[in-house]
Amino acid sequence: MATFLILQQILKTGIVSEPAPEANPALRTREQALHADILKVFGQAVAIRHVDTGSCNGCELEIHALSGPHYNIEGMGVKFVASPRHADLLLVTGPVTRNMEIALKRAFEAVPEPKWVVAMGDCGCTGGMFGENYATCGKVSSVIPVDVEVPGCPPTPVALLQGILAAVSGGRQAGVG
Amino acid sequence: MPKHLDDIALTPQTEGGFVWRSRLEPGRLPAFARTIQDEGGQLLALWGSDDRHLGRNFTVHVAFLSSVGLIWTTSELDGEQPAYPDLAHIFPQADRMQRAAFDLLGIRALDAVDNRAWLRHSAWTEDEFPLRKDFPAHAARRSPRPETEPYPFIRVEGEGVHEIAVGPIHAATIEPGHFRFSVIGDRILRLEERLGYTHKGTEKCFEGLDLATGAKLAGRVSGDSHTAFAWAYCMAVETATACSVPERATWLRALFLEMERVANHLGDLGFLGNDVALTFGFVQFWRLKEDWMRMSARLFGHRYLFDMILPGGVATDIDARGKAELDALCERIAGEVQTLRHIYDEHTGLQDRFANTGIVAPDMAARLGLTGLAGRASSQAWDARVQFPCAPYDRLDVNMALQKSGDVLARAEVRFTEVFESLRLIRQLLERLPTGALRAPCTQAAGGCEGLGWVEGWRGPVIVAVRIGADGRLDRVHPHDPSWQNWPLVEVGVLGNIVPDFPLINKSFNLSYSGPDL
Repeated sequence: MATFLILQQILKTGIVSEPAPEANPALRTREQALHADILKVFGQAVAIRHVDTGSCNGCELEIHALSGPHYNIEGMGVKFVASPRHADLLLVTGPVTRNMEIALKRAFEAVPEPKWVVAMGDCGCTGGMFGENYATCGKVSSVIPVDVEVPGCPPTPVALLQGILAAVSGGRQAGVG
Repeated sequence: MPKHLDDIALTPQTEGGFVWRSRLEPGRLPAFARTIQDEGGQLLALWGSDDRHLGRNFTVHVAFLSSVGLIWTTSELDGEQPAYPDLAHIFPQADRMQRAAFDLLGIRALDAVDNRAWLRHSAWTEDEFPLRKDFPAHAARRSPRPETEPYPFIRVEGEGVHEIAVGPIHAATIEPGHFRFSVIGDRILRLEERLGYTHKGTEKCFEGLDLATGAKLAGRVSGDSHTAFAWAYCMAVETATACSVPERATWLRALFLEMERVANHLGDLGFLGNDVALTFGFVQFWRLKEDWMRMSARLFGHRYLFDMILPGGVATDIDARGKAELDALCERIAGEVQTLRHIYDEHTGLQDRFANTGIVAPDMAARLGLTGLAGRASSQAWDARVQFPCAPYDRLDVNMALQKSGDVLARAEVRFTEVFESLRLIRQLLERLPTGALRAPCTQAAGGCEGLGWVEGWRGPVIVAVRIGADGRLDRVHPHDPSWQNWPLVEVGVLGNIVPDFPLINKSFNLSYSGPDL
């Protein structure tokens, strides 16, 4: 019974992944461009390890949204992985709290070379409303080297994807760790 | 009109409202707490403040939930050795709040069983207290930073017992925290949480802000509850300054709050499917959620409705066309969720994993103060929108979702019911939206003032207490996320379950780290 209902719903839903015929054209070309570029630069795929170092969890909502069917990131070769040792890129959200400083440094060291770091959101880029205080070190680049900063509170999924692309197409980071 | 509970006088914060204030000798707190408990009430929040610059001492504040509404007690402590009697032996949920109050202010709960540091890991030393007024707001980062101080977890010993340490960085895209499991085979004997990793000095950041900027920061206490916090904060500020919010603005606030509830519930229902390997459920619910987010962005300019609520009112409006669009989307989503609910109901694999997993029985929920959505899944029949409705809920007749089995299935059921109810409420709000202004001026009374806001967010009751200084700037703000009291119940819910079910159980609560870490 459930299988029948699921198949019925899948057929009824169709494919919502963009680009779709009636979707926002600007969105559509960007996503196509991203796809082609990632393949060109990386050959196959980019594996991302996300680290929340003190986010309000707003940025996490948009990372989750990116995993939804509209964006089809795995179809583009972008994959979130469980361990920094499996990752090419660290995606860091939040100001870096002092309680997460050591964990972030260790995660960064665990990512094999070559590697990239994307700081996501106003907090990751500048420290945001929290800035630097007794409990935070402020922006991500005050703790580890950062390749790309994606501003926004939170940045939209498309802006985030563009940031990830900017990182991987901008050349590899050498000798940092 | 003042009320009395035993012989304690309660003064209404506003006439006809459900928030009451009482000044109480610290020594009388335990007896008062027992009175609240005897009538079936709960402790919702406990926090402290440094009032020495006002010619007073340190103060401990408690928010109790009772049959008359929320009772906010303030108790001034002795200047030399600021301390108050332990309340955790009456309301266990006070434990971590008391430990945090010590870490931040150096006020001690006397005779408390657990005195381990909670928010203080090693970013500051045990004789420094960041929320004291003489602690510099922008203290320079001290280097070199001390290595992580060891935390004395409670060990389970015996043949075959071993520990699994998880975090602070988790395998999935979630917030950081540490979980220490003691297991035999794959059965969980004990789970101990250690949180505080996202502590970013939020309460200190509030100090000295103007009222409008404070609303932005309040909304960033826990991003998924932005509207709940921003509204509770503004409600506190408006109460303190006796600002009368235009009717249309309160209706729009309720619209945003219900939109936030729908967004989060849709996301969670998808993740719950995902956690039992029904990827179909994830894809379907996240398709609906994305449609919802895009509608929010189109109508109001922000996918998560950030910064729409300001002191005195709201920053945005909706026109007839927007109303029609949102109404149509509500109708479509209600139909689609009905279909998906039917599939979840019929899917034996999903039902097998959801039912009898992660049980918090009603008596345990009552004893430990489980609140909000998770509380309602364990027979804790509290919903401020129903029992203590602020405007416009007093004119909406909200139906409370209630389940008693306290398992993952019950928490999913509450979400389903609340999605339908919120969609119904949104359509009501759109249909009956009053005309009028969007914002009233919020000017502060001379000499400083205080207020407390209380909103039923999607996760549970969100409370924000505010004191505005004589200069019109924020002097002390305490935002309280319901995750404070619900996290300990995750430790209870996992007992006897297998480790691989932990992600499912944890997701069924979906608690905030940033909210209580502050």
